[in-house]
Amino acid sequence: MIFLKRAAGIALTLAVLLILSFVLPARLQDVVFRVVMLSGIAIIMAVSLNLINGFTGQFSIGHAGFQAVGAYVAAALTVYGHQRLFPFLPQDGNLPATFSGFLTGAPAMLAAMLVGGLVAAVIGFVVGQPSLRLRGDYLAIVTLGFGEIIRVVVENTDAVGGPRGFTGNIDAGISIPGIASFFWVYLTVVVVILVARNLRFSVEGLKYLSVREDEIAAQAMGVDTTRVKVSAFVLGAFFAGVAGALYAHYEQSVLPTSFGFIRSFDFVTMVVLGGLGSISGSVLAAVLLTALPELLRSSLGQLGAEFNQYRLVAYALLLIVLMLVRPQGIFGRGEIDFGKFFRRRRTAAVTALENEGR
Amino acid sequence: MRISRTDFLRILLPGVVAAACLLGSTGCKPAEDGGGTAGGGSSASASGDEIKVGVYVSLTGDTSTFGTQSRDGIQFAVDELNAAGGVLGKKIVLDIQDDQSRPDEAKTVATKFASDPKIVAVIGEVASTLSKNAAPVLQRAQIPMISPSSTNPDVTKIGDYIFRVCFIDPFQGYVMAKFARENLKLSNVAVMRDQANDYSVGLADVFKREFQKMGGKITADVSYSAKDSDFRSQLTQVKGADAIFIPGYYGEVGTIARQAREQGINVPLLGGDGWDSDKLVAGAGGPGKALEGCYFSTHYSKDAKEPRVQEFVRAYTEKKGVPPASLVAQGYDAMMILADAIKRAGGADRAKVRDALAQTKNYPAVTGDITIDEQRNATKSAVVLQVKGDEFQFVTTVSPTGGGDAAAGESAATTAKAE
Repeated sequence: MIFLKRAAGIALTLAVLLILSFVLPARLQDVVFRVVMLSGIAIIMAVSLNLINGFTGQFSIGHAGFQAVGAYVAAALTVYGHQRLFPFLPQDGNLPATFSGFLTGAPAMLAAMLVGGLVAAVIGFVVGQPSLRLRGDYLAIVTLGFGEIIRVVVENTDAVGGPRGFTGNIDAGISIPGIASFFWVYLTVVVVILVARNLRFSVEGLKYLSVREDEIAAQAMGVDTTRVKVSAFVLGAFFAGVAGALYAHYEQSVLPTSFGFIRSFDFVTMVVLGGLGSISGSVLAAVLLTALPELLRSSLGQLGAEFNQYRLVAYALLLIVLMLVRPQGIFGRGEIDFGKFFRRRRTAAVTALENEGR
Repeated sequence: MRISRTDFLRILLPGVVAAACLLGSTGCKPAEDGGGTAGGGSSASASGDEIKVGVYVSLTGDTSTFGTQSRDGIQFAVDELNAAGGVLGKKIVLDIQDDQSRPDEAKTVATKFASDPKIVAVIGEVASTLSKNAAPVLQRAQIPMISPSSTNPDVTKIGDYIFRVCFIDPFQGYVMAKFARENLKLSNVAVMRDQANDYSVGLADVFKREFQKMGGKITADVSYSAKDSDFRSQLTQVKGADAIFIPGYYGEVGTIARQAREQGINVPLLGGDGWDSDKLVAGAGGPGKALEGCYFSTHYSKDAKEPRVQEFVRAYTEKKGVPPASLVAQGYDAMMILADAIKRAGGADRAKVRDALAQTKNYPAVTGDITIDEQRNATKSAVVLQVKGDEFQFVTTVSPTGGGDAAAGESAATTAKAE
């Protein structure tokens, strides 16, 4: 019974995402839809960073580096693997916005997400294994250095365009395919939120929290703190890699400057603003920080062109005010209790369905 | 801490309301748009007595100095046009948007322009990487885009709606080869290039080929890395040449020049527009020191003798208090060429403006006579300047006629150079 319910839930989620994937781009203004997509990718980044910074209490400021790894690896896979693996994709990378177009892109997107995520996870392991023995500021410096190393390596790799950025294999006329539709982005959003939530309310997750609260006490209780930290790091890196793959196949171009350490700080800001350790907070802050500059652009733009140049000042002021009013972040460590909310809803929905069935 | 249900509703409700307002008022596509493609074709003309032009530049971030200078030039052109009664009797209205020097923001702004049916054409960006990221969106929406100063050859390859009013990188290699051979009458020149910088490699390759074609001899061709602080070993290899061509950026060029003089290399150094910075002379030890008398090519000189340039420099200096920099002049030219195209198109129809832009011939711009070629690049002259004290003095103009091998050099280089 529980299994059936689960299956139905999954099927329903997939169906809703798939429908939205066709309805939203057609109904929403292009700019708004773009903000929705970029917000989705930011949510994945913020929630996955929250696993490291929020749950486990480590201070990583190189998260954009993992995103860069995922983006470049995934883009290289779909571009250079085009002939052997995905000959069915159009060379110019533009698929029709139809269901068959979606199906054509699906295997490539799935492969790109998995490979991008896994490579980022492996690198997360390689970086994390030695450096997570360090604490606080030292770890921050290592992760910062890691992010910069990734950027420099990419800038000196000609196969992925170096500092010019990567849009595809220009000689062979193959572009990065635009296959990251709403469905894939928000499917990952759902998955990363579920993973984080289940982790948080599980015994395994308590180990993570115990490392954050007091590492020595956790060790005394028999928690293998290094293993816990490394696994949080690897998990976070995996999802950052997936987010990178999605970003590359949505933008259809990747530039080393998109993943600099300033971008890493954007994600740290999201996590801190939402409340360290709060999943709901990360989600809300990711959406807020992605949409706010654009909202200010249109609202200040209506006041007059002169106001537009103060957009980023207004943005910064809002951040400062918010942190002064709620230094623990929007949600602190709390969560929106969807359980309560949905239990009621679901019973109502189920009775409605049953009635209809009769 | 758990948030209670009432708290939750208190947070959620305003959020939902705000989201609904956003979607309801501005978010959805207008009904008459039929849910079709972005901005829908070329029906941009019927916007009353205004012509709306989108501008995306970086007013904040790494390249903000480039963006503000371009904007000043564009704004100056618009003020001048509107004071003279506008274009076809209509006032030009600018929609200036900041892209924060970020490629994804440039794309967002382009998307915004694409869904505004009133936008006739778009001017932007200076940095080639940003232009390249935003251009596909505008190409898809069939909105003409003019880059004032993106010199990377790839930018205009994106499509037939993408133009530029500056020359492309490799052209400067030809310019300096011609200048060295014909004006300075040199026959033995050495080349020093920054191997990790496509801009530098592109210029160096074209210079080498063209100089040899003109009967000159390349005595040495050595590489350096811009991050080095010691160039002495490379300098020993280029000793003995009549001049050294160093197509790098102003940062390392100053250091190279100082170390060259220390080693007793007193021949002139030559370079490209990467030298064009008010920090160049300071980096070489100050006025009258290592770089005194050296030459470089760039887009425009405020000392050019044409009356139109003098008039532009005078008017701009009067209004702003400072003489116009190269990027200001290029922004001004981009706007003026667009206005000229709208005039010739006889209306603000996007497709007609595109066609008119493509037919631009010998437009007398302040950065030189500009003709748009089949690849939608500007065929125009470059100027050669000489370092004198802390000023750059105009030496000569090199026009692209004859061996105008700008196109031939294309294969040699693609670059991430910022101008």
